[in-house]
Amino acid sequence: MTLLGFFNYWVVVTLMMIGFYCVIARGNMIKKVMGLNLFQTSVFILFVSAGKVVGGSTPILRDGVEVYSNPLPHVIVLTAIVVGVAITAVGLALAVRIQEAYGTIEDDHLGDDLDDDEQG
Amino acid sequence: MTLLDLMPFMMLAPLIGSGFVAVLPGRATPWAVTMLVCLSSAIIAAAVLAETLGGATMSYPFGNWPPPIGIEYRVDAANAFVAFLVAAMAAVTLLWAPKSVAVEIQGRHGTFYALFLLVVAGLLGITLTGDAFNVFVFLEISSLASYALIAYGQDRRALLAAFRYLIMGTVGATFFLIGIAFLYMVTGTLNMADLAERLPAMSDNNAVRAALAFIVVGMGLKLALLPLHLWLPNAYAYAPNFVTVFLAGTATKVALYVMLRFAFTVFGPDYSFVVLPLSTVLMVLALAGMFAGSWVAMFQIHLKRMLAYSSVAQVGYMVLGVSLATLTGLTAAFLHLFNHALIKTALFMAVGCVIYRTGSARLDDLRGLGRQMPWTLTAFALAGLSIIGVPTTVGFISKWYLVLASIEAGAWWLVVFLVITSLMALYYIWRVIEAAWFSPRPNGAAEMREAPLALLIPTWFVVSLNFYFGLDTRLTVGAARAAAGALLGDGGSAP
Repeated sequence: MTLLGFFNYWVVVTLMMIGFYCVIARGNMIKKVMGLNLFQTSVFILFVSAGKVVGGSTPILRDGVEVYSNPLPHVIVLTAIVVGVAITAVGLALAVRIQEAYGTIEDDHLGDDLDDDEQG
Repeated sequence: MTLLDLMPFMMLAPLIGSGFVAVLPGRATPWAVTMLVCLSSAIIAAAVLAETLGGATMSYPFGNWPPPIGIEYRVDAANAFVAFLVAAMAAVTLLWAPKSVAVEIQGRHGTFYALFLLVVAGLLGITLTGDAFNVFVFLEISSLASYALIAYGQDRRALLAAFRYLIMGTVGATFFLIGIAFLYMVTGTLNMADLAERLPAMSDNNAVRAALAFIVVGMGLKLALLPLHLWLPNAYAYAPNFVTVFLAGTATKVALYVMLRFAFTVFGPDYSFVVLPLSTVLMVLALAGMFAGSWVAMFQIHLKRMLAYSSVAQVGYMVLGVSLATLTGLTAAFLHLFNHALIKTALFMAVGCVIYRTGSARLDDLRGLGRQMPWTLTAFALAGLSIIGVPTTVGFISKWYLVLASIEAGAWWLVVFLVITSLMALYYIWRVIEAAWFSPRPNGAAEMREAPLALLIPTWFVVSLNFYFGLDTRLTVGAARAAAGALLGDGGSAP
């Protein structure tokens, strides 16, 4: 029971680690942004899980319902999703500009350029 | 209209203003409107600082919802001090902006200044708010706008620097969000004052421990604390000069403030520094940052990168003050937060003047330039004295208080480290002075004229502030002590 009872949180941790691994290990910038998205989504699930009240219904005021789920985490997640979309947009826009400037978005081909001071 | 009603406009003015500025045509108009907005923000910030220095706390409920339910802006001496720094630095660096931005950014400047205003609004929002989730939202507003600003850099490497900063910054902000999620799960509130009330009863909870860890690591990334500093050198080196000048003085400082606010007000020093070993962790990282940052700075041949690594070291000084967790230590941290903003802004402005004329930030291209651009390089040398910590400069005042705090805490050996890193600063500043004044101009190098007055006057203004606040410390030390007092919860009336 306890193992399955924390099912949401297992999903959160798994998604978080997959996303984080993608961000760190992948050289392709699009994949990095995708990893970042996964990483953020896991946190959204964490928030939404916190809002669930056992036996609670949807938080809409109506007759015959006494127990509601907590709506605040959902509102927070909505805001966080907007933030996430904005980050994805800026990240992808930068990837397009990098493709235009360098002709590649593979980090492995670009890394030396950044630490090279000779042209500075 | 009372000051309390005006207080949110410190943040709202740049936020609303950015929308207008974005559509303004040409170059001079957007700058003028931006200047106007930043000036009004700075004036409100000064009034709020004067009001809160006595130990008062201002609370503004948004939409008239009472605090635990609605979002409130809660300002005491600590916020007001940081907010004033941000607003004032925005106005001062804007004076320097038009000439420098004109050569670096093509076309109209409306969108550029709109992004700048968004960064200012975000940074001010972070400092003013009393709601934990609101901090995250403003953090992302300011970060997103600063990624875009950095990508404006002329060098194509600015794009790579911005992308890396985006990845690391987002990971940091998400860590911060996880910390808030844990706090919300155990306490059921997001209001910082409310959190501070409910947390002591839960000090045994593992989720609270995890929350503190996530928040400290997340803010450590934004702060560029040593192992998490990798985004900073490239971001500062390749951003447009004006962006570097502004971010170097403000962005990391605001992250430090958030870390302090959570460690001291929300969790309480007894929890953060006694139950958990935050003090040791921060001290080790601070010392490592001071050494590694100064060490790498000593071998840089790109001036902006050199100053950026020096920033990593200076962040170490601030965190060192925090790690002592005493009133004097925190005062030293706040003092250095303010003073370092003055020092680094002056240094980056002087380097910006050099780049404006020569188009290069390499040490080799600086050789013999001292005689051709005497005012610029004298400004650099004087600001350099400040970062080394020569008496009569603000750098000395910061280090003096750090020494006092170390001795008071019985950690006199820290003084040795402070002296060694100051000597390292002497070395990397000396390299520039040596190149500029004591090396001959290479044969065939073009004759350079002095930087235009529009750049020199603001630069010298900030340099003179370095000396003014180095001699008359009543305002800065008083405000820093009140800020430290507010965080430690004694209303600033401490000895």
